[in-house]
Amino acid sequence: MFLDFFYTLRRHKILVAPTEWRVLMQALSLGFAHTSLERFYTLARSLLVKDVSYYDAYDLAFKEAFHGITTPDAIIEEILAWLQDPHTLAHLTPEQLAWLHELDLEALRALFAQRLREQQERHDRGSRMIGTGGTSHFGQHGQHPKGIRVGGEGGQRSAVQVAEERHYENYRRDRTLDIRQIQVALKKLRNLKRLGAEEELDLDETIDQTCRNGGEIELIFCPPHKNNAKVLLLMDAGGSMMPYTTLVERLFSAAHKATHFKDFQYYYFHNCIYEQLYSDMRLNKRVSTSSLLHSLDADYKVILVGDAYMAPEELMDTGGALYYYHHNDTPGITWLRRIQEHFRAGIWLNPLPEGQWNRTTINLVRQVFPMYELTLDGLERSIQQLVRKVG
Amino acid sequence: MQASSFDQFTGTEQYIVSADLRDAVNVAIALQRPLLVKGEPGTGKTLLAHNIARALGKPLLVWNIKSTTKAKDGLYIYDTVQRLNDARFGDGDVSDIKRYIRLGCLGQAFTADAQVVVLIDEIDKADIEFPNDLLNELDEMNFYILETDERIVAHQRPIVIITSNAEKELPDAFLRRCVFHYIAFPGRDLMAEIVHVHHPRLADDLLEQALERFYELRKVEALRKKPSTSELIDWLQALVAGGVSAEQLATKLPFLGVLLKKESDVEIMLKKGVNSTYARA
Repeated sequence: MFLDFFYTLRRHKILVAPTEWRVLMQALSLGFAHTSLERFYTLARSLLVKDVSYYDAYDLAFKEAFHGITTPDAIIEEILAWLQDPHTLAHLTPEQLAWLHELDLEALRALFAQRLREQQERHDRGSRMIGTGGTSHFGQHGQHPKGIRVGGEGGQRSAVQVAEERHYENYRRDRTLDIRQIQVALKKLRNLKRLGAEEELDLDETIDQTCRNGGEIELIFCPPHKNNAKVLLLMDAGGSMMPYTTLVERLFSAAHKATHFKDFQYYYFHNCIYEQLYSDMRLNKRVSTSSLLHSLDADYKVILVGDAYMAPEELMDTGGALYYYHHNDTPGITWLRRIQEHFRAGIWLNPLPEGQWNRTTINLVRQVFPMYELTLDGLERSIQQLVRKVG
Repeated sequence: MQASSFDQFTGTEQYIVSADLRDAVNVAIALQRPLLVKGEPGTGKTLLAHNIARALGKPLLVWNIKSTTKAKDGLYIYDTVQRLNDARFGDGDVSDIKRYIRLGCLGQAFTADAQVVVLIDEIDKADIEFPNDLLNELDEMNFYILETDERIVAHQRPIVIITSNAEKELPDAFLRRCVFHYIAFPGRDLMAEIVHVHHPRLADDLLEQALERFYELRKVEALRKKPSTSELIDWLQALVAGGVSAEQLATKLPFLGVLLKKESDVEIMLKKGVNSTYARA
């Protein structure tokens, strides 16, 4: 059951690293969590799960692995038995075998055996609980934030029950493309310039001036390097983009959280860009496209996100806008060209896989903006393009 | 190592700790690994380190992280400008580079004679690569000073507490080395204890009613900033000072501005028909 736990966790997408598993064994061998499965529950969680969005998956895995167990004695005994002959475990991958060899099994075994003996003695005496022994006022009041008493003995709810309550269900967040990956990619989007107050010592210039001064030291300061990159993100919030909402949201939140841009602006559009853009996703607050172009300098890097897949008249005709309340006097393609001409660097990210790009409107849009797949690879290549253009 | 040495930290008089947080702290101390604490604002992440230091009677070194902080700043800073200045005006022994090496927070912790507690506060504020740059130093607890050709090795591994506001994702390699704990917002019973520390003589019925209204308010999804522990404690102070009774609280929410710090949130509640008028009983 203990070893199953490792695989149960992995099945629940909690990718426990062998090193983390080893640290857990170490903690157990030091005698932590021997009388209380609740303590084992928190111990394992604090060592194996490093993100609250996986706490719920952990609860599920824990319940699955330890159903019907109330004390960890059985776990300890199982570990001990397993340590006698670790290779009996059927489904070990080479990776796991490798870290098994790293463990000092002999020492670990001795430690566990000793703990277990102590444990049984304690049980005979029947009064001692691992922990502070109740001498601390606050120890007695120790509580799970949700009001479950832990660390006590007898009569309390078991750790499995705690797990069953699934307090962390709301924190769950099943991810495909990691926000961090996007952030790292966006980090490359920079335009370093010396800006702001002169607070960095310019060593070369100082040496130069000092030499000219005949050895009298002359300190020269210069402004530090700062990222001058400004970003304009335009996102399609149209109906055909619905399946990609989370992906676009992730890109947005990564860009929004990026602290290294000098300025970051974002607007939404519906299928194609016309006279108006919207500052909210529900397309309620309107912003005039031409006044936006007037207000933003040419050095903004433009990232458009959309499938660019629409009826040809939506792109090419006046009055072709699909949006019921809107009549456009200028075709969408003209607006796209205006944006492309106004800004020095712009790219289009398409959530559709490249294999599906052979459609009329996509091909037309591609003639205006270089198009990349909205994948990590596509994002990285598009950013190279954005940075290169400024030169 | 004795089993009992796991239970070094049990909270302090000012700081009530939940059992699972207490365990996480003690595991981190015993395994000598950094403890990473996340949680919503106002759950006492930063206070935790202060109280660990107080409870264990160890000095605390605080390293506040800003967006411009570099990993090396925590180890040491070589003050070239001071050295140049001294060279120019002939102050002190310029040939002794050591005089111009200033140890950062981790550097001081490593060289301290006794074990200290180090708080790396709001690590997520720094550059995205920042945690990776600290991996080795935190793992091996030593670093190298290039200028003086000197290796600083920790006499005692410090207890390292790291807080993060979960704004940026932290790198996996870094996470793998930490003990992690997410401080959940305190439930009613724990909250009652926390309040008791600050207002020991509060009437039971008032506390009961105030907590009822407080948790109701936290359930309102539309609020942009939910009230946290510190707002509750201030609010109770105001209620006591204003002589508000438990009965009044049942129908009214006086001093709403103490609980809700955003104008728009107050408006939302008023629109919902909340009565925030206050009349001394």
